[in-house]
Amino acid sequence: MTHAASRATGRSATSEMVRRLPEYLVIWVPLLLSAAHLISFSIWTIWISFTPSTLIPVSGWVGLRNYNAVLASRNWQIAFDNLLLFGIAFVLLSLITGLLLAILLDQRIRAENALRTIFLYPLAVSFVVTGTVWSWLLNPSIGIEKLVHDLGWTSFHFDWLVNRDMAIWTIVIAAIWQSSGFAMALFLAGLRSVDADIIRAAQIDGAGPIRTYWRVILPTLWPITITVVVVQLQFAISAFDLVRALTNGGPGIATQLPALVVYDLMFQRNQLGRGAAAAVLMLLILLAVLLPYAAWRYVRRRKAAHA
Amino acid sequence: MRDRSFAPSRILIYLVVTLFAAAYLAPLVIVVLNSLRTNEEIAQSSMIGWPQHWAWGNYALAWSGFCLAETCAGIRPYMLNSALITIPATIFSTLLGAVAGYAVSLWRFRGDNWIYGIVTLGLFLPQQMRLLPWTIVLRDIGLINTLSGLVLIHTIQGLSFTVLFCRNYYVAIPQELIRAARIDGAGFFRIFWRIILPLSSPILIVTVIWQFTHIWNEFLYGVTFTTGQQQPVTAALIALSAPVADIPKHGVQSAAVIIAALPTLLIYLFGGRYFVRGLTAGAVK
Repeated sequence: MTHAASRATGRSATSEMVRRLPEYLVIWVPLLLSAAHLISFSIWTIWISFTPSTLIPVSGWVGLRNYNAVLASRNWQIAFDNLLLFGIAFVLLSLITGLLLAILLDQRIRAENALRTIFLYPLAVSFVVTGTVWSWLLNPSIGIEKLVHDLGWTSFHFDWLVNRDMAIWTIVIAAIWQSSGFAMALFLAGLRSVDADIIRAAQIDGAGPIRTYWRVILPTLWPITITVVVVQLQFAISAFDLVRALTNGGPGIATQLPALVVYDLMFQRNQLGRGAAAAVLMLLILLAVLLPYAAWRYVRRRKAAHA
Repeated sequence: MRDRSFAPSRILIYLVVTLFAAAYLAPLVIVVLNSLRTNEEIAQSSMIGWPQHWAWGNYALAWSGFCLAETCAGIRPYMLNSALITIPATIFSTLLGAVAGYAVSLWRFRGDNWIYGIVTLGLFLPQQMRLLPWTIVLRDIGLINTLSGLVLIHTIQGLSFTVLFCRNYYVAIPQELIRAARIDGAGFFRIFWRIILPLSSPILIVTVIWQFTHIWNEFLYGVTFTTGQQQPVTAALIALSAPVADIPKHGVQSAAVIIAALPTLLIYLFGGRYFVRGLTAGAVK
């Protein structure tokens, strides 16, 4: 290749780059910003969790001291116990509610669209609004208890919102109201995609409606069930707004949850190192749910590819 | 099971479904009724009741009258803040997500799968992991306690969802279409504008509805990065319902709650199909 020719191709490659600059910018800048913030923010927060930072971020190394402090605090222990109870109760009950609603809607009933709209509308409302509204309804002095008293049944008690032992259940109630429609929507889609031939075969074999559901239809729903469980657990682990609006962690710290502990440490107690450690612990809890799920999906996809 | 013959069981089905529907609707109906009752009337009975006198004035007070943190301008400034955060962030994140999703799915370039994989990790990373870094970034670029700061956050974080939605939609478009257009001399933007965008309205509607609903309803960033007059409406609602020394104003508060929930409720009512499609697309990932 002559000098002139190589210079010419060099120049045209450069001009090609310049010509295509806008598209590189518009593709790469957003993607790189998004990816870079995810990676660098995670690494930075993990790093801070190992430093003695309090009011401002400082460098230094304290090993696991922040983690030990968080894990030993009553705040975190209560938050973790609450998360277990809330996570399990909320996920189970919203699965049951969602499945029941989906099966009922699958019976070729009238007004199915209107009913579906009713069961799903809470998902369009913010957790703040949901929490505020339920904090009124469940407040014994102005809500359901007061109404029942006014109606004449004065010994009626429904004071979970201000009862240390039961307050966490008010969050379960509000969370189910808000998001069981999500489980219903996924289950209904699953029920609608069950092969009609299988159902017909079961009916020809003389299986009644309940038996057909139990033995033939429901077993096909378990992949959907796992997806619903994971999504709902993800919500439970990071729940913040709903609790903030409904109980604000109270009475006392009875309804504390991990996300509230993080916020409290970072922005109210100015314990940045400990706050970051609590955030990393939240991430670890989340990973304990998501990694098995990712592995399961990977195996399923491999199997589907080989089949 | 799927026949209409067995009458008693069908009555039972309708009964159960109606009870559930009533339970789901009850909170909304109760708050709407409360928003039309006077504060005194609610204080004398409970939050659950039929209005004795229709107190339409609650809405005027909630919109521009009641006092919050020493300013008496009602919920209007906070609604405006939420709109000024939500609308630009929705538009930016959707447009950038559509272009990036198109590039990742149909244009293909070196490292596309890697960067796409990392971006979608944003669906899972808890917000708590990003709170401190955002605080520092916003302070360093001078956007702390500004609406622009929240627009920036929601645009960048929203990309994880918008790129995912658009990429999964564009993957179904045949590569031959792009190849043919490239042979005809069409470039990146021309193909996007002429071929891809006209095919995109379903996914753009899904994405816009998803982003709008999420950003409008977002609370944690709003309350962390803004104070006072800069706060979005979700943060203002919390401040409003905080226990105050004087008499409770549940009628006005109910009206404020309804106003704050109205934008996303209306979008859901008119775009319900697309709203649900976004939910399932976000879930299946």
